[in-house]
Amino acid sequence: MGNPLHSITALFASPDALVHAVQETVKAGYTRYDVHSPYPIHGIGHSMRLRTSPLGYFALAFGLLGAFGSVGLMTWITLVDYPLVIGGKPFWSWPAFVPVAFELTVLSASVLTVVTLIVFYLKFPNNSHPLHDTPYMKRVSSDGFGISIQSDDPAFDEASVRAHFARVAGTDIAAVYYDPEMIDHGQKLFDPRFIGLLIGVALVVSGGTYIALNKVAFMEPFNWMMEQGKLKAQAPSTFFADGSGMRTPVPGTVARGFLPYAFAGKPAEAENNLANPLAPTAEVLARGRTQYLTFCSPCHGNFGRGDSRLRGQFPNPPTLLSDKVQNWPDGSIYHVITNGQNIMPSYSGQIGRDDRWAIVHYVRALERAQSAKESDLK
Amino acid sequence: MTPVTPGIPTKGTPFTPSSDRLGVALLAVGVLLVVLAFRVEPMRASFGSIILYLTMVSIAAGSLFLIALEYIAGAVWSVPMRRANEFLAGLSPFLILLVVPLFLHIHDLFHWSHPEAMASDELLKGKAPYLNIPFFVLRTVVILGIWALFAALFVRNSTAQDISRDPALTRKNVYLAAAFLPVFAITITLTAFDWGMSLEAHWYSTIYGVYFFAGTVLTALAAGTLVVLNLQKSGSIPALRPDHYYSLGALMFSFVNFWAYIAFSQFLLIWYANIPEETYWFMARWRNGWQYVSVLLILVHFLVPYFALLSQEAKMNPARLRFMAIWLLAAHVLDLYWLVMPTYAPGITLGWVEVGFPLVGVGMTFLLLSWKTKRYNAVPIGDPKLQRGLDFRL
Repeated sequence: MGNPLHSITALFASPDALVHAVQETVKAGYTRYDVHSPYPIHGIGHSMRLRTSPLGYFALAFGLLGAFGSVGLMTWITLVDYPLVIGGKPFWSWPAFVPVAFELTVLSASVLTVVTLIVFYLKFPNNSHPLHDTPYMKRVSSDGFGISIQSDDPAFDEASVRAHFARVAGTDIAAVYYDPEMIDHGQKLFDPRFIGLLIGVALVVSGGTYIALNKVAFMEPFNWMMEQGKLKAQAPSTFFADGSGMRTPVPGTVARGFLPYAFAGKPAEAENNLANPLAPTAEVLARGRTQYLTFCSPCHGNFGRGDSRLRGQFPNPPTLLSDKVQNWPDGSIYHVITNGQNIMPSYSGQIGRDDRWAIVHYVRALERAQSAKESDLK
Repeated sequence: MTPVTPGIPTKGTPFTPSSDRLGVALLAVGVLLVVLAFRVEPMRASFGSIILYLTMVSIAAGSLFLIALEYIAGAVWSVPMRRANEFLAGLSPFLILLVVPLFLHIHDLFHWSHPEAMASDELLKGKAPYLNIPFFVLRTVVILGIWALFAALFVRNSTAQDISRDPALTRKNVYLAAAFLPVFAITITLTAFDWGMSLEAHWYSTIYGVYFFAGTVLTALAAGTLVVLNLQKSGSIPALRPDHYYSLGALMFSFVNFWAYIAFSQFLLIWYANIPEETYWFMARWRNGWQYVSVLLILVHFLVPYFALLSQEAKMNPARLRFMAIWLLAAHVLDLYWLVMPTYAPGITLGWVEVGFPLVGVGMTFLLLSWKTKRYNAVPIGDPKLQRGLDFRL
C-alpha cells in the first residue's frame, strides 16, 4: 500500500471504557485525534478537554433573529402595511404574535444552526474523509465506540500509538490509509463548480416549477373575485350565435305573481270590467303624483292640460281635463296607460300595475282641482 | 439484610437531625394560627385552606404520578431516588384531614352550594347535576380514597421488595401504574375543577385541569428533588452522579416550560374569543392590584426558573437545584393564591390569616418524612434496577 497513513484506530467495549481511553489519550499528550460513537455521550467533550463549542452562540443569534424578525414583520404588517381591525382588538395585539414568534424562533434557531454546522464544521459540500468506508466507521456507526489518532499529531509514532491503544484495552487496532487525490480538506463552498451546480439546480427547479405550475397544471390565482364566470347586463357573449349575452324570454313567458293584461286592444271590455283596487289615500295620491310627474307630465303637462314640455318635437296630446276624459270610468284611463292609444305607446313596461292605478287617482284629483265646484270650497 | 451495593445505608437515619422537633413546632404554631384564623375570619381562612389543600394534593398525588411514571416507563435512572416520591406520596391518607374544615365551610366557599342562588340562575341550573353538595363531597372522598389506596399499594410492594428482592413485585407495580395513570388523569382534573374552577361556578375553561396538572407535576418534582438532596446530605442515600441531577433539573425545566405553555394557551384562547363570560375571570386578575400578582406570577413561575435552570451546569449543580426546588414550591403556592383568592375579594388579601397554612403544610411534611425515614430504607435496596440506576449515564 503506497498510500500515506491517516490514522490508527481502535475500538472500545463500552462508553465508560471509551471515556477512560480518551482520558488516557489526553494524558499521553496526543492532540490530533477524534472520538466516534453511535450516539452522543454526555461529558465526552469534557474528557477530551475540548473548548466549549461556539455553536450555541450561533443558535442564540438565529433564535433572536427569528424572534425579532417575526415580531418586526408582524408589527410592520399590522401597523404600517395593512392595518386591519380584527375582532375589535388593537392593531398591535401582542398575544396573537406569541405563537408565531415562538415557532419562528425555534425554527430558525434549529434549522439555521444545523445549516451552520454542516457548512462551517463539516465543510459542506466536502464529503470525503479518510475514515469513511472503513471497517472502523462501520462499527462506530452501529455498535462500537472508537478513537482515531491521526498521523499528523506531533507525538505520532505508529508503534507507540498501537502500544498506547493496547494498554487502554483497545481492540480491533487498525491503520487507515488514504488516497491523497480523493481527499481534499479544503472548504469547497465557493468552488466555481459547486456554485455552478447550485445555479444549475436552481434554474432546473425554478424552470420545472414554472412549467409545471403555468403550463401543465395551471391553476388560476385568486383574483379577489375581480373576474367572475358570469355575464353582466348588455355584455356580449360568444356562446350564442347572435353574439348577444342577453336573451329574450320564450314567447308566452309570464312574470311571477302577474297575469298578462287581459284587455289588450279591447277598450270597451276594460271600461266595463276594471275598477280601481286602490283607495284614494294621501299615500296613494302622493305615489300617483310622483309617477305622473315622471312618466306622464312630459307630454300631458304637470296639470294635465296637454301642454307638452317637448317644444314641438312630438305632437301635443289632448288635455286630460276634457269632459270626455272626465266622464270616462277609471278602467278606461287605466286601459290607455296599459295599452296605449293612437301614438301614445303602452307604459305597462315602465309603470307597475299599482302605480298605474295610483296615477288614475291622481288624474282624477287633477281633474277635480281644475274644475272645482262651489261645494268643494266649503 | 445486607446492602446490594457497599455504601448504601439502610434504614434508621433521620431525615434531618432536628426534623422531628422542627415538624412538631411548625405544625403546632401553624395549627394554632389556622384555628385562630377560622375563629376570626372563617371565610377568608376557608379560602386560604383551599390553597393549602391543593398544594398538598399536588405534592401527594404528583408524587404518586411520578412513581407510576417510573414503573410504566421502565425508568432506571430514578430508581435510587424513588423512595423520596414514596415518602411524599405517604401524605395521601392525611389529605382528608385538610378537606374536612373545607366541607364544614362549604357555603362560605362555593356560590353554587346555595340552593336559592341556583334557583334563579339558568346557567347554574344546568350545572346542578354535577355541582351539588352530596355529589361534591362524595367525589372528593372517593378521589382521596383512591389516592390513599394506590399510595399504600405502591409503597407496600416497593418496601416488601427490600426484604424479598422479588422482581415480581416490580411487575405488580407496573400493572398498578397502568391502572393508576388513567385514574390519575381523571382524579386530578376533577380535583382541579371541583376545588379550583367551581369557585367561579359560571366560568369554565377546559384546559384548567391540565393547567393544574402542570403545576402539580412541577411541585412533586421540586418536593422530590428537595427530599433527595436532603436525604443525600444526611447520608441516607448514596452519592448520585451529575447525570441524576441533570435529569431532575431537566424535568423541572421542562415542566416550567409546560406550565407556561398551558398557562399561555388558556390566556390566548380566552383573549382571542373575547367572550364576556370567559374574560371576566382574567379581568378580575388584572384589577385592584391583582395585575401585579399576575406579572409576578409570570416572573416567578416561568422567567426566573427558566433562566435559572437553562444551562447544563445549572441542572447539575445541587445547590442551584435545592434553591430552585424551594423556589418552585413557592411559585406553585403563588399560582394557587392567584387562582383562588380573587374569588374571595376583589383586592389582594394577605395578612396573618394566611401565615398559618404554609406552616401546617411544611410541618406535616417534615413530621411525615421524619417518621418515614426512620421506618423505611431511603433507597429501594431490593429493586432489581437499583444498580443500573446508580450507574446511570446520560
